[in-house]
Amino acid sequence: MRRYKHVEEIIKLMWKPERIRNIGIVAHVDHGKTTLTDSLVAASGIISFDLAGEQLFTDFLDIEQQRGITVQTAAVSLAHTYEGNEYLINLLDTPGHVDFSGDVTRALRAIDGVIVVMDAVEGIMPQTETVTRQALQERTKPVLFINKVDRLITELKLSPEEIQARFAKLITKFNELIRRFAPKDVAADWMVNVENGSVAFGSAKEKWAISIPQMKKKNISFKDIYQAYQEGRQAELAKLTPLYEVVLDMVIRHLPDPKAAQQKRVPVLWKGDIESEIGKAMLSADPNGKLCMVITDIVVDEQAGVISTGRIFSGTVEKGKAVKLLNAKQTSKIQQVSIYMGPDRVIVDKVPAGNIAALIGMKEAVVGETLMEEGVDAPGFEELRYISEPVVTVAIEPKNFQELPKLVDRLNKIAKEDPNIRVKINEETGEYLVSGMGEVHLEIVEYKLREAGLEVKTSEPIVVYRETVTKHAGPVEGKSPNRHNRFMISVEPLEPEVIKAIEDKRITDDQDRKERAALLRELGWDTHLARNVIAVVGPNVLINATKGVQFMRDVQDYIIEAFKNVVEEGPLMREPCRGLKVIIEDAMLHEDSVHRGPAQIIPAVRRPILACVLLGDPIVLEPLLKLEVKVPQEFMGGATKVIQGRRGRIIDMQTEEDIIVLQALLPVANSFGLAADLRSETEGRAIWATEFAKFEKLPPELQQQVIQNTRKRKGLKPEPPKPEEFMEK
Amino acid sequence: MPLIFVGLGLERAGISVRGLEEARRADAVYAEFYTSIVPRLSVEELQQLIGKPVRVVDRKTVEENPDEILRRAKRERVVFLVPGDPMVATTHVDLRLRAHRMNIQTEIVHAGSILSAVAGAAGLQSYKFGASATIPFPDNPSSRPYEILVQNKQRGLHTLLLLDFRAEEERAMTANQAIEIMSGLERKHGKKVFLPETLAVVVARVGDPDARVRAAMIRELASQDFGDPPHSLVVPGALHFMEGEALKVFGGAPADVVDQLVR
Repeated sequence: MRRYKHVEEIIKLMWKPERIRNIGIVAHVDHGKTTLTDSLVAASGIISFDLAGEQLFTDFLDIEQQRGITVQTAAVSLAHTYEGNEYLINLLDTPGHVDFSGDVTRALRAIDGVIVVMDAVEGIMPQTETVTRQALQERTKPVLFINKVDRLITELKLSPEEIQARFAKLITKFNELIRRFAPKDVAADWMVNVENGSVAFGSAKEKWAISIPQMKKKNISFKDIYQAYQEGRQAELAKLTPLYEVVLDMVIRHLPDPKAAQQKRVPVLWKGDIESEIGKAMLSADPNGKLCMVITDIVVDEQAGVISTGRIFSGTVEKGKAVKLLNAKQTSKIQQVSIYMGPDRVIVDKVPAGNIAALIGMKEAVVGETLMEEGVDAPGFEELRYISEPVVTVAIEPKNFQELPKLVDRLNKIAKEDPNIRVKINEETGEYLVSGMGEVHLEIVEYKLREAGLEVKTSEPIVVYRETVTKHAGPVEGKSPNRHNRFMISVEPLEPEVIKAIEDKRITDDQDRKERAALLRELGWDTHLARNVIAVVGPNVLINATKGVQFMRDVQDYIIEAFKNVVEEGPLMREPCRGLKVIIEDAMLHEDSVHRGPAQIIPAVRRPILACVLLGDPIVLEPLLKLEVKVPQEFMGGATKVIQGRRGRIIDMQTEEDIIVLQALLPVANSFGLAADLRSETEGRAIWATEFAKFEKLPPELQQQVIQNTRKRKGLKPEPPKPEEFMEK
Repeated sequence: MPLIFVGLGLERAGISVRGLEEARRADAVYAEFYTSIVPRLSVEELQQLIGKPVRVVDRKTVEENPDEILRRAKRERVVFLVPGDPMVATTHVDLRLRAHRMNIQTEIVHAGSILSAVAGAAGLQSYKFGASATIPFPDNPSSRPYEILVQNKQRGLHTLLLLDFRAEEERAMTANQAIEIMSGLERKHGKKVFLPETLAVVVARVGDPDARVRAAMIRELASQDFGDPPHSLVVPGALHFMEGEALKVFGGAPADVVDQLVR
């Protein structure tokens, strides 16, 4: 019955924005995020206090238990009393493994602040840096929790002075991240400091924490903590200065409430008119305004169907309300509204602005969709940004061929739930190709399929390469099959700074033309070319440089279609292209529109682009991972042996006390099975992490071999086509 | 040896006497039926008439792999049968140019064309037509037919609108679909040249004994059934009094609507 009381409390609080905090917890893998989440949830009375720490509450999938890492973003609502007032804390669990950083970015849109959990022993790891950077870029304010302080005392046997010195060092490093990556206007304000309690220390496992305000409030000192450990009384700490109390106090004190946060964040995240009725409603998180909600997570449930979770920016969601799905351009009715309590959803009547809600009935919604109340004419939120792009593919087929339809169905569901998973069918071989952000990411897909009762065979992971050109080629003439339409097209390498601008989303496909032209001119482009960019697909650009050609507008969509076609599957080995600058130099089109339909225009544009790529000394690029290994000195040899044996390059080596920190670049192609190798060579003493780093030219001696192998795997003849095959006789 | 383009005209007996003779004399006879429909014409009947097999080729063959036809024409007399007048509605000039480049002599045997026949059937004077345009199916949308209509109207000229035909998909546009598409363009651009009360002429199966001509307000034409394709649509500009008379007599046009356009 405890639970029902709890739900009642939460429903009351949902209507008081100043009493709400929407937060997430981010951390490097194994730094204790899940343990912290469990303790917080336990404190709110949903699971028993004693179990937290053992029962990994937010890790509902078995696989996460086995791996000890969280996969899916789940949400939970907690109630907490601070200075005599009840507060509602909506906690979104964000995944901690680098293979799922897409999930992290998405969740950041729905929250206003984050608790960054850092292992006191390991310090700032690559993923700590990545997720903190992502949070800061999305204008999500951080507080810091330094975890595993118990290990400093019991394992490293540091003195209280040494511990404090270590804290000071970690905080300085963390503030360095804020200084570098936070929006300029808030960077100074967001720096954490011990005095005001925006940093807390403790042990999530042993359920205690401490901060300066807490010390003052309870009149305890760090010496008391230290003493408790020396005397084996650390179990008392969980009662003396409980983790949840310190951490949630810190959240309430330092992280913004939705009303305050939306004042600042809506103008940045939303591109509509702030002065409009809906704009004003969002700025003030007005529950009586028109509804606007952003979907940040989708789960397909056997019973309930599609469950869309998201943040309500204005208005109130209730059953039966009609909403527009802005990207899908559809109208839908909300069938059911619920809030989260750990893994469960609890059905409620309505949820107002500033909260996180789960909806049923939004069949067409995908992650990132904006829901707008019927009758409101305003744009949606920006497309969600992703830092990483898929670099590994596996081919999946059912063991029993009759299960193919079921497999297809499942894969589509998974792709819907996780936009960083891409599913494609190979037309030549009929295989289903699933692409993701790393080996582990794809293992999760495989696991989900098995869990759904499907026996599947998967191929070895396959690297997703890129194709590019190294010199200018063309113009090459292309004619439509009916010979009535002609194009002159050239291709050249896109400047690295333009590629970067596209990857940073400063240059996008749907951007205002003038804005884009101004940026490209700053990057050194000629005015005419800068103004006439008609498509940006991946880091590739299409330019219509023709002047005064009649009917170009009519056929523009087909030209873009042909361009997409090539950049998605290049001529060398049908891998995506990267860094192509395709220029339509001239065109002549037939007067009558039936003679310049898609069947005529698409080949007339596609063929000369393919020819130009092949004439432009094309090469293969391979994805590289950034690998960081922290290893005790005596095992450094083992670690470097693993890295070098895998075509890795060590780019930096530093000593931190007796630990060596190695930074290396490692080809994705040689990264499979890295975990087992590193473990055995360092006797399990290495702490390591990888994340996607960049694309780089594949060494010349491997080019030929990779092209041939990739082509063979795709059922193509081993030799790439000749440019002449795409040129007019 | 020559490549001879022979028009099949507008109906099963539309081929000219000379065209038939050329086909009978030829070593090989090819035919295409992807540019238009010839009412009631069957390949079997055509083969009997000519007395030899007729090889029907599709768009892909003619546009992308015309080598077979051209190689044969290098050594033998080849006839290529084309609906209507061979160089008119859909031009085969590319094939003729390729033949020329390979030193193959070419000839054209003309036949009835939709361009002249529609004017004749409706009683409109052919020199008062402006540019014509084809209305494409909605998956390949274009405002071009509407723009052409606006330009012609401004100059008081008649507009012939041909309707899309896709042999590959076995689809031919009906006059009703064409009216719907043009009405959509009218709503979008609003130049008041294709309103429900605008006078238009539907000509179905022109050149065939079963041809039909109907002149009326678009509102009325929209719901009428004109039978099998091909259909075409004419939007008259300013009318000569003889044209007006013809539209009333041969197309059943309401007198008051026609008289407004006579000047």
